[in-house]
Amino acid sequence: MTEAKIRIVMAKPGLDGHDRGAKVVARALRDAGFEVIYTGLHQTPEMVVTAAIQEDADAIGLSILSGAHMTLFPRVVQLLREKGAGDIVVFGGGIIPEEDVTSLKSAGVAEVFTPGTSLETIVRWVREHVKPRGVRT
Amino acid sequence: MSDKRTLYGPGDLGRLTYERDLGDPGAYPFTRGIHPSMYRGRLWTMRQFAGFGSAADSNRRFHYLLEHGTTGLSVAFDMPTLMGYDSDHPKALGEVGREGVAIDTVEDMKVLLAGLPLDRVTTSMTINAPANVLLAMYVVAAEEGGFAREHLGGTTQTDMLKEFIAQKEWVVPPRPSMRFIQDMLVFGTRELPRWNIISISGYHIREAGATAAQELAFTLADGIAYVQAGIEAGLDVDVFAPRLSFFFDCHNDFFEEIAKFRAARRMWARIMRERFKATEPRSWWLRFHTQTAGVSLTAQQPLNNIVRVALQALAAVLGGTQSLHTNSMDETYALPTEEAVRVALRTQQIIAHESGVANAADPLGGSYFVEALTNRMEDEAGAYIRKIDDLGGMVRAVELGFPQREIADASFRFQQALERKEKIIVGVNDFVVPEETPIATLRIDPEVERSQIERLRQVRASREEGAARRALAALKAAIESGENTMYPIVDAVRARASVGEICDVYRAAYGEYREPAII
Repeated sequence: MTEAKIRIVMAKPGLDGHDRGAKVVARALRDAGFEVIYTGLHQTPEMVVTAAIQEDADAIGLSILSGAHMTLFPRVVQLLREKGAGDIVVFGGGIIPEEDVTSLKSAGVAEVFTPGTSLETIVRWVREHVKPRGVRT
Repeated sequence: MSDKRTLYGPGDLGRLTYERDLGDPGAYPFTRGIHPSMYRGRLWTMRQFAGFGSAADSNRRFHYLLEHGTTGLSVAFDMPTLMGYDSDHPKALGEVGREGVAIDTVEDMKVLLAGLPLDRVTTSMTINAPANVLLAMYVVAAEEGGFAREHLGGTTQTDMLKEFIAQKEWVVPPRPSMRFIQDMLVFGTRELPRWNIISISGYHIREAGATAAQELAFTLADGIAYVQAGIEAGLDVDVFAPRLSFFFDCHNDFFEEIAKFRAARRMWARIMRERFKATEPRSWWLRFHTQTAGVSLTAQQPLNNIVRVALQALAAVLGGTQSLHTNSMDETYALPTEEAVRVALRTQQIIAHESGVANAADPLGGSYFVEALTNRMEDEAGAYIRKIDDLGGMVRAVELGFPQREIADASFRFQQALERKEKIIVGVNDFVVPEETPIATLRIDPEVERSQIERLRQVRASREEGAARRALAALKAAIESGENTMYPIVDAVRARASVGEICDVYRAAYGEYREPAII
């Protein structure tokens, strides 16, 4: 059996169009050897979760800079659980105040990367925390 | 700039001749500034961008800014408004009032503008896809408040090309977007003599990761497309061109930014005179607003941002800006607190009143280094503009994804340079300290969303429904027949139709724009 590649859906939930961070992180993850599927902009949590399940993703990377993270990130986690895909790891980043990071983590977001995080940090975190789940049954 | 030479001298001026390439301030090609006396005659406008929560919250912030000496208003709208959705649209969930003020109907606009002297302050509105709706709301709110439309001064951003390139808030595809802009140019020319319909914006292009030369090139290429569109709408170039204004970023590389502003003026003057045959000197002027670079601020050691902003603001002033927004130190966390906004405004006042730099026009003109950089900026941007012309103009280039891809590449190269420490950001990849306690940030009450939706429902319940429906139908008919859409939009706004309802008419006629996802 060949080693399965980690598959990551990079998504921009919400209405903000600031996709610089999402794209830079997507490229870095791809260059690091992961398979990356970028959803494009203005995705609802439902669209993100559907894409992740269809793509058989191991993780979802969410990027948001509009301030709607407290609504949209937990919604993605909740929808994954409802659809029996709660094992897909959710991480995210953006303009997210420190006090919100704690609440997001207790809502099931595995990690939150705030401004100034290096690409190397994100790549290393994904290597350590996301495992290929194998073929879904 | 990649060139790391230490010393510049007369040999670096190349082709430069004073009369042809620089000219005195106030003289063609305006490299040294558009006014003879520059800030001795009049300081730049200190215009702080603000808007959050409900219209009433933002109105209080505007009154606060005016009391503290700001001289122009600048409105930030929330994401649903920018995308043409009402606050009760499913996609608006969690976004209402977060990144700007929520405006659904003219009733919100009236609250936003309450008590403001609209015949004396000028208002800049950062609105693009539904710019025609928000402009109509401003006009109707002002008229219902007793101000005549010919006295209203301000700017709508209305720069859709940079939305497709960088900022990415849109409703319909590029070509119908250009048609709406043509209608606004015609309406503005006829009805609003003091309004700047388009603010051609490099800011968002730069923030998305463009280099200085790309920012300059793509912005001027967008400008060329709008001038072309105005001419194709039947307008005389010298009638509308004097009211086009620009909006640039001011980033960290001090002299490069000054050179960018100087090159921008020279290039635009030549484009307008030589390419578009404009004959009025005011058509040749590149007037611009500047905002310091939001993307350059760091969450780490946030007080350092005050220094970054001061240096960027100084570069903008030395580059001859007409108005300036200085960012607040806390904006990597959230929208700014009042205290942080005050420091940002005071930074401008210190530059204006204490530093002495406003006393001489273009004080760096003639510097071997600055003139050589200005020439180089012009050459690099000029090459991009030729490439875009070859592709068939900016609308086509956007459809092909050309500027989008150039920017994505540049932003990735920048991030890699940071990772390799070829570029240093103090407090981020060097001079790092364990982080102190976070600074105070502005929190938006989640209650804003619920109460805004309630307000919208009340407006819908109390309006005359038949009149609103008829106005929306008239707009649809105008879109189909090719008549100017601005007049039916004003009527629809007056009938209390909402932003979302009006944009739904656009979406039904032209379809929604979907961007090809390019990494």
